[in-house]
This record gives sequence, C-alpha cells and structure tokens, in this order.
Amino acid sequence: MKRWLVMLMALALVAAACGTDEGAVTTDDCEAGQTDGNLSFYNWAEYIDSDLIDDFEAEYGIEVEYTEYDSNEEMLAQVEAGAAVYDLVVPSDYMVDTMTAENLLVKLNKDALANYANLDPSFVNLPFDPDSDFSVPYQWGTTGFAVNTAVVGDFEPSWDIFFDPAVADQYAGRLSMLDDAPEVVVAALHYLGYTMEGVVADNNTDAIAEVEALLTETNARIAKYDSVNYGDDLVNGEVDIAHGWSGGFFFSFAEVDNPDDYVYIIPKEGGVRWVDNMSIPITAEHPCSALAMIDWLLDAENGATLTNWNYYGSPNLAAEEFILEEILEDPAIYPTEEALKNLEFIPQMGDLGLEVQDAFSRSKG
Amino acid sequence: MIKTRSPKLDKLLATNAWLVYAFFYFPIFVLVVFSFNGGRRVGIWGGFSTRWYGSVLQNPEVLDAVKNSMIVAGISTVVSTALGTAAALAIDRYRFRGRKGLDGLLYLPIIIPDVTMAVMMLLFFARAFDLIQLIGPRIQLGLGTITMSHVAFNISFVAIVVRARLGQLDRSLEEAARDLYASAWQTFKRVTLPLIMPGVLGGALLALTLSLDDVVVTAFVSGPGSTTLPVYVFALVRRGVSPEINAISSIMLIASISLVGLSLLFQRGPRNSEEELPVIDTLEKAL
Repeated sequence: MKRWLVMLMALALVAAACGTDEGAVTTDDCEAGQTDGNLSFYNWAEYIDSDLIDDFEAEYGIEVEYTEYDSNEEMLAQVEAGAAVYDLVVPSDYMVDTMTAENLLVKLNKDALANYANLDPSFVNLPFDPDSDFSVPYQWGTTGFAVNTAVVGDFEPSWDIFFDPAVADQYAGRLSMLDDAPEVVVAALHYLGYTMEGVVADNNTDAIAEVEALLTETNARIAKYDSVNYGDDLVNGEVDIAHGWSGGFFFSFAEVDNPDDYVYIIPKEGGVRWVDNMSIPITAEHPCSALAMIDWLLDAENGATLTNWNYYGSPNLAAEEFILEEILEDPAIYPTEEALKNLEFIPQMGDLGLEVQDAFSRSKG
Repeated sequence: MIKTRSPKLDKLLATNAWLVYAFFYFPIFVLVVFSFNGGRRVGIWGGFSTRWYGSVLQNPEVLDAVKNSMIVAGISTVVSTALGTAAALAIDRYRFRGRKGLDGLLYLPIIIPDVTMAVMMLLFFARAFDLIQLIGPRIQLGLGTITMSHVAFNISFVAIVVRARLGQLDRSLEEAARDLYASAWQTFKRVTLPLIMPGVLGGALLALTLSLDDVVVTAFVSGPGSTTLPVYVFALVRRGVSPEINAISSIMLIASISLVGLSLLFQRGPRNSEEELPVIDTLEKAL
C-alpha cells in the first residue's frame, strides 16, 4: 500500500531531523504495583475492554488517558519526535525490533512484574526481542486465507489457491489479497519454499525478484487488494477466497446466518504470525504506572478479559482458565501445534524492506 | 448571448446533472441506511435496528473523538476563513513587495503531499517545544497543534476560493461607494464583503470539510487524548469498523445539513430587509 511507503519516507525524515535524546527514563526503581502519576496509554482503537481501564483506575487511583493510532509507523514517528508524552505503547513484533535498534524503548524491570510468570514460555525471548528486555506480549494472531466452501467446494489448504496456475486459474477474479507488501510477499515466499527470515539473513534479492515475477503473474487473478474489508467481501460474496488476518475473518463470520460455510485456513506451507507487545518509550514520564499496567494485564483474570473482548489469542498462559471456551476451541484463534510450526514473525527487513515494497507495488501494475 | 438550444441537449444535460447527483449522494444514502443495520458488520444487512445509535451514545471513545473533531473543525474553520479572506484581499488589492512570491506560495500547501506537510508540522512543533521548554513550560502535542496545522493548510483553500470570487467583482461598485463618501471600512462591510460572501462561505465550507476529513496531518500532530474521528476510524484496524461509525456519520450529516440550512436562512434574512443588498442595488442604479 502506498501509505506504507509514504510512512517509511516520513519516518526517515523524522529520524534524520531528530537525534534521539538519551532520556534517563528507567524502570529500575519501580516496585511491583507502584505508580508514579496518570498513565498515557497509546494503542489501537477499541483494542481493550474499557471496563479493564476503569478497574485499573479504581484499583490504583490514577487516571488513564487512552489515545489511538492507526499504524505502527505513526506511533514510531510520534515517539521519535518526542513532542507528546506516551507512557505505554503497543508496537507489533517488527516494530519492537526497529524501536529497540533506535534506542527508543526503556528496558523493563521484570522484578516489578509480579505476574510475569503467567506468560506462556513460548512467548518469551521471541526473535524481535531476544532477551524480552523491552516488550511484553499483549495479543497475537495469524495471517492465512478464508474460503467460502459453499461455492469453492473441496480445496487444498495451500497457497496454491492463489499462486499455482493449475489450481488458481479457476478462481480468477474471485480472489482477494491484503494490501500489505510484507504480508503478500511472505505468503509468496512460503509458496516458493522460502522463509522471510532466511531471505533476510542471506539478503537474497533473487528470491524477491522471483516473488515479483510470481506476483505479477498472479495479479491478473486478484479481484482486489484490501486490508480492511476482506472479511466482509468474503461473506458478501464479492470474492470467494480472501487472504487476511484471523481476527478480522472471525468478526465477519460471526454475523452471517451460515457461518459453517466459511473456513479460515493457515496454509500448510505456513505464513505470518504476529504479536502486539507492550513497551515503554524513552519519552515516558510515568514509567512505573506503565509497568503497573503491564503487570495488571499479565494477571490471569485481566488477561482473559482482554482476550474475551478482543477475540485474539492471549500470550497469558494462566489466563486460559478464564478465557471463553469458544475462543480456546477456535482454530482460527488458537491454531494447532502443527499449523503453528511453519509460521514466522515478519522480521526486521532493513534495506530489503524497500525492495519488498517496490516488488509488491510493481506487481500490482 | 441568448441562443435557442435544442431540447435534446437540454435533456442530455439534465440527465447528466441527475446522474452526477446520484453519484454524489447514493453512497451517503447507503451509509444512512446501514446505520440502522442490526448486524455487527458495516456491509452486511442484519435487520433493522437502532442499536448502534444507542451504543454510540454510550461509547466514550467515539464521543471523545467526535468532540475533538468538532472543536478542531470549528476553530480552524473560523480562523482560516478570516485569515484566508484577508490574504485573498491583500493579494488582489494591494501592491507590495513580495506579492508575486506570496501569490505563488499560497498554492504550496495544496500542492505538497499531505504526509510531507504532516512531517514538517511535527518537526516544527517538536523543535518549537524544545525552545519553549528552555524558558519554562513543558507543552506537548494536542488539540492546539492539530488546530494550528488545520488552519495552516486551510488558509490556502479559503484564499483561493475567495480570490476567484474577487476576480469577478465589478470594481466600479466599490469606487461608487467611495465616491458616495463611504469610508474604507464601510465600503468593505456594506459592499465588498456581501459581494464576495458566496466565496467566503464556500471557502469556509471547504475548510470545514477538509478539517473534518484530515487523517494524515492530524495523526502526526495529535497528542495524548486528542484523537479525532477520522483517526479513530483508521485506528480500528485491530477490531474492525462497526456500524457505530455509520450512526455517528449520519448524526454528523444531519447536523451539518441543519447547519447549512440555518446559514441559508440567516443569509436570506437581512437581504429581505433593508441591509446589504439594497445598498448594492442603489449603487448599481447610481451607476
């Protein structure tokens, strides 16, 4: 999407103009449950049950100012410029990497996180934050595709449905893909047998060129590229197969009379798994309050309330006891071990990021 | 000037006009209809219901966003309309050093991409705040910076619309007013302003719309607690947009239609009595 590229350029400008001031913000002196003033919480809209915020305010006797952003890049620009105070932000996986590299995040004092042990061990020390020093997972989900089985009938749970002419040609014009370069490119890479991690590690530009050729050929079959209405387009019958994020499909399926006709698939070749994380930016003024909120959300019952509201997976293992059955049993939210195996986080792409963006833009014509 | 046109052409033009209106208004009609959608999704009809109107009134996040949008749009429209009209008059009427340059620069905020403008603003505020902090108070981004940014890009739009109107103005009307011993201020108030009023109002409406719509600039210069409605809608990516947005848009639509209706009534009032227009009529007769 163009917006993505534009944001990148904007960020480069901001980064060039603002030398990051080394703030002396630290959480080392915070104790468990200690607060140091009202909390400024910067997050996506409606990404938390407002009752949770009310309860937090009541328990700690401080106020929470909840502000919304619409992309990781926008949040990064605001933190870099440093002209607004946010105590707690929720960057996605790759953004934690970016912000850590630019020294924008405060090292978290885990001694003050009494509930840290509630975290699922598989969500500790993730590749974007190898020592879990700067982030605590908030919610997570996957990227795959969903199918209207009433129209499509039997199919293979594979990216072939988009990329292999022998399979995909019969669905030409009834396919949609996310308007998101990294997501589409990772899907194509997995179809071709690569992983993004490997491609980045080897700086394998040939693989990106191969992807571009594949996507250019695929473009003719794609009815639309859309990152917002992909779920609705599927259940409205505008397309029959849609690439998209797990949670978005779940919301769409919940509204139709025939939810059994629709199925969300994590392709056997694998794809993207994402995690949003809680982090404290160096511009924070109330780091202890932020840490208190992180600890509060790591509590088993609070973590469950969060997931029961969002319908996204929880990294909080202890919370599963309180999470709704329908969420725990939904493979769209809690995939099987088998499906999880081939999923990867979108890694920090460095210079390759622009090539990924260009390849995607050019392939769309 | 008056030529007889073929009725066929008339019909064609009329059809075209209707189609254009349909193209403009049909999406709005759909939006209003779907605000009464019983279902959770924006595009899927789930039976008639007014539940989203109820839920929007109980959603503090949406209400805050609407309130912020209103404050920003209201203030920035008034300020940019006044400044933009003044700029248009200055460029049109007076010869001063740098006039040509200013004329060209006026188009700049319209030409440069939104995101460039947004980054410029963000950097400007960040640096300015650093300087201010040296002498005392620590201020941060918020509604104030959003409003100032909106004023900054709206001035150009207002000025250009008003200038177009000024260009068509018959200067002899003003000269006649001056001949009849009207002071400069009286001439402006009784003759010039009423004549350019359609341009001023048009510019103001444009400014209002642009301010209510803006996402990119606003997102960059907003601070804690100053999310506006469009930014809020885009920030819903993790949760999906619900018909609450249709409901709140319908409410705002009705509010703005009433506002325009009111302003039309208001304009009609004085004209029927003895105010502005009769003055112009008299002037026209005097000429």
